[in-house]
Amino acid sequence: MNLTLFVVVLITAIALVAIALGIARLISPRSFNKQKGEAYECGIPTRGRSWMQFKVGYYLFAILFLMFDVEAVFLFPWAVIVQEVGVMGLVNVIFFIVILALGLAYAWKKGALEWK
Amino acid sequence: MFDFAVVTEWVDGLLRSWLPESWAVLAEFFLIGLCLLLAYAVIALVLILAERKVCAYFQCRLGPNRVGPWGLTQSVADMFKMLIKELIQVRHVDNFLFNLAPYIVIISSVLAFGCIPYAKGLEIIDFNVGIFFLLAVSSIGIVGILLAGWSSNNKYSLIGAMRSGAQMISYELSIGLSILTMVVFSGSMQLSTIVESQADGWFLFRGHIPAFIAFIVYLIAGTAETNRGPFDLPEADSELTAGYHTEYSGMHFGFFYLAEFLNMFIVASVAATLFLGGWMPLHIPGWEGFNAAMDWIPSIFWFIGKVAVMIFIIMWFKWTFPRLRIDQLLRLEWKYLLPLNLCNLLLMVIVVVFNLHF
Repeated sequence: MNLTLFVVVLITAIALVAIALGIARLISPRSFNKQKGEAYECGIPTRGRSWMQFKVGYYLFAILFLMFDVEAVFLFPWAVIVQEVGVMGLVNVIFFIVILALGLAYAWKKGALEWK
Repeated sequence: MFDFAVVTEWVDGLLRSWLPESWAVLAEFFLIGLCLLLAYAVIALVLILAERKVCAYFQCRLGPNRVGPWGLTQSVADMFKMLIKELIQVRHVDNFLFNLAPYIVIISSVLAFGCIPYAKGLEIIDFNVGIFFLLAVSSIGIVGILLAGWSSNNKYSLIGAMRSGAQMISYELSIGLSILTMVVFSGSMQLSTIVESQADGWFLFRGHIPAFIAFIVYLIAGTAETNRGPFDLPEADSELTAGYHTEYSGMHFGFFYLAEFLNMFIVASVAATLFLGGWMPLHIPGWEGFNAAMDWIPSIFWFIGKVAVMIFIIMWFKWTFPRLRIDQLLRLEWKYLLPLNLCNLLLMVIVVVFNLHF
């Protein structure tokens, strides 16, 4: 039942965008102009391409994010049953989190968290 | 307390008596979609008006006050204006991705919108992994924003999208970990169960110190997640024109705008659901008369009231703090909030395992 409702909501979302864009395309004015199609960079003609290599700092943070996000995914099932598994579960997870914290400490020490 | 299941069952019975079985189910799905879209649109319009009014009063202005009494229909007029604006087709963009981006952004916010419990018996999707699902779908929105910035072939858009991606994935961690802290406390991921287990005291009060820390961290991270307030550097208009949606015009832009406001609503309602008891009235154990009096207020008003307070706080942030630089933003997350959150999680587990909570 929930899965069906999920599909219903998904279709609703797609329909919202499609219908609103359809209406907008029907009733909005059209005019063609060579300058209009230029990229809007404050009126100055665009120089060079915009699809280029980008700062590597963002990539580093993405990798760090991956590590901690996967950790969160592993911890969610444990979080539901933590009241049943009790102290043993706590000890195991402390190990898990300490290892991850070591990873964060390593990245910190290496200067990966500095924005240069 | 008024139970919305009465209304839905009445509609269900009515449809089944009129139509054959399968058509009745289809009609119900249609009704669900229609109600969802109506609620989505109305909440977005109200929030846009609220944003402008709150902003105006913080700056000692009047805000919109010409269209309708007290400017009430201003945002409706704005929406119609947006609908009749031209959708400018920019050359040199990656057409497919450019048109796909608004779909992804809207899908992620509508799906998250669909699994919030609004009132007793008023919830569309109620997975047993509800909060996890909500977290998952709301993070799809980042993909839409990155696509929008990348496909625009505009340097401002690219910078805005990259900043937005870095900011949103970083603060996603804090949101995830503070939600995880509350899941440890409640022992369930189903949103309806979480709300019902707060009948004799909201989690913010029952979980004492760790719940309070998680609440503060969630508020900060939630504000950053919606690209608002002091964290609005992805679309810092004084440096990047409009960030990732610079090249979008008309209704295309309208969708990003809509999704941004709805994301603020979703962040506020998750905060209300996890920490402030969702639609549950304020109950104090032992005070029978007080509890009975609180039960008289319909649950939907409790929910709306809590969400309104949270939204007001998020708007308040915006007019109180100056914008952060990107290095300050990332330092705040990775060097302060993340270690704090990991310690807080362990603290919460100790509280739960040794039964120290109320």
